[in-house]
Amino acid sequence: MQTEGEYDLSTGAGLTACPRCDALHVERELEPGETARCLRCNTLLASPRAGAFTRIIALSFASLVLMVGAVFFPFLEISRMGFGNETSLFGVALAFSHGALMPLTVAVLGMIVGLPVLRALLLVYTLLPLARKRRPFAHAVPAFRLSETLRPWSMAEIFVIGTAIALVKVGGLANISFGPAFWAFCGLILVNAASNAFTSAATIWDAIEDAGMATDGREIVPEPRA
Amino acid sequence: MSAPAHDAPVLTAHRAGLVGCRSCGRAWPEAETICRRCGSALVPPDRRCLNAVWAWLAAGLIFYIPANLFPMLKTSTFGGLRGNSESTILGGVVELMHYGNYGIAAVIFAASVMVPVGKFVAIAWLATVAGRPATVEAAHKRLVLYEVVEFIGRWSMIDVFVVAILSALVQLGFVASIHPGPAAVSFALSVAFTMLSAQSFDPRLIWRGLPLRSRKDHE
Repeated sequence: MQTEGEYDLSTGAGLTACPRCDALHVERELEPGETARCLRCNTLLASPRAGAFTRIIALSFASLVLMVGAVFFPFLEISRMGFGNETSLFGVALAFSHGALMPLTVAVLGMIVGLPVLRALLLVYTLLPLARKRRPFAHAVPAFRLSETLRPWSMAEIFVIGTAIALVKVGGLANISFGPAFWAFCGLILVNAASNAFTSAATIWDAIEDAGMATDGREIVPEPRA
Repeated sequence: MSAPAHDAPVLTAHRAGLVGCRSCGRAWPEAETICRRCGSALVPPDRRCLNAVWAWLAAGLIFYIPANLFPMLKTSTFGGLRGNSESTILGGVVELMHYGNYGIAAVIFAASVMVPVGKFVAIAWLATVAGRPATVEAAHKRLVLYEVVEFIGRWSMIDVFVVAILSALVQLGFVASIHPGPAAVSFALSVAFTMLSAQSFDPRLIWRGLPLRSRKDHE
């Protein structure tokens, strides 16, 4: 069992290494609102926020609801000279469903629908017990690790900017109107951005550890705890 | 970068005989191979990761070639009467400039030519100089470059999404229809491989004077 501020250079207990430059820091429990940055390269190490877990869970549920709307409502509609066409999010992914382009359908669906949904579910799974100060569910560790690994591949926000560019390109050709799914998707981006702002991976790892998961008793336990 | 002690001596985990977890930050004795907190693999900051960087980078470059040679979009207007056009990435930019849309042409050119090529050059340069002794200022610059590459990499996928949206949306039968071309797949693969290349690069190498070479200061 470690107490605060103590460290052991032979085992690494009580130390944190910056993931970007490997500089060693002595670990300390941060108060909510505090921010830890690397001394050498200024990389953000941890930034716990008060009530962050509850908010991330709420935002994850919000993003799931919005995603259902985004998938099932019409996305965009165009018309020109009496010809019209309407597409949903699935329609966009299925644009690649001819012949050799087929695998791209799966990839696009994954990047704009599958991974955001999966990440929201994984975050809820990891954080639900932690927010209620319970022991984490089984496999919370690989669940959260998977969620962090998938983070760069979840590209919903890039898709929305892509929509903007596509609209500029078509703008001269036909009249365009937005469906409810488009607005749901825009909302989804804001919700995800907020959720990312509250997520501090180091803090969540600490919380998983403090809540009694895994490890060998090296974790720093805050002083006042019965 | 903010002020904190640019040349203050910093003890790195590696020099202390420890290995830091890149996923959760916990420091472990060098003999450990798996972080017991987050379960990810512990890798010491050495040049072994560069093999993966070069391999993914080569794959990305290879797929970037057909991405430019084959058409990205196939457009037919008025049942082909006003012409069927197949446009490659560069062809699309030129076409936009013909119509006087210089602004959009510049955006597309930046997103699908300058950014991917810049990424290839930046990663290749980072991997070449990785581990060479650097001054602290040079290391800070390299880290910024790495972060830019890592951040901007995913945004290249925007082109693929634009193609998908256009071809799903513009299906007006006789009037106009747009279909995706084979370049979309190779462009998507190229972007994915470059992302993997950037992810395989270990930024801790930037900060390490390479022990294999004589450690003489460059300045």
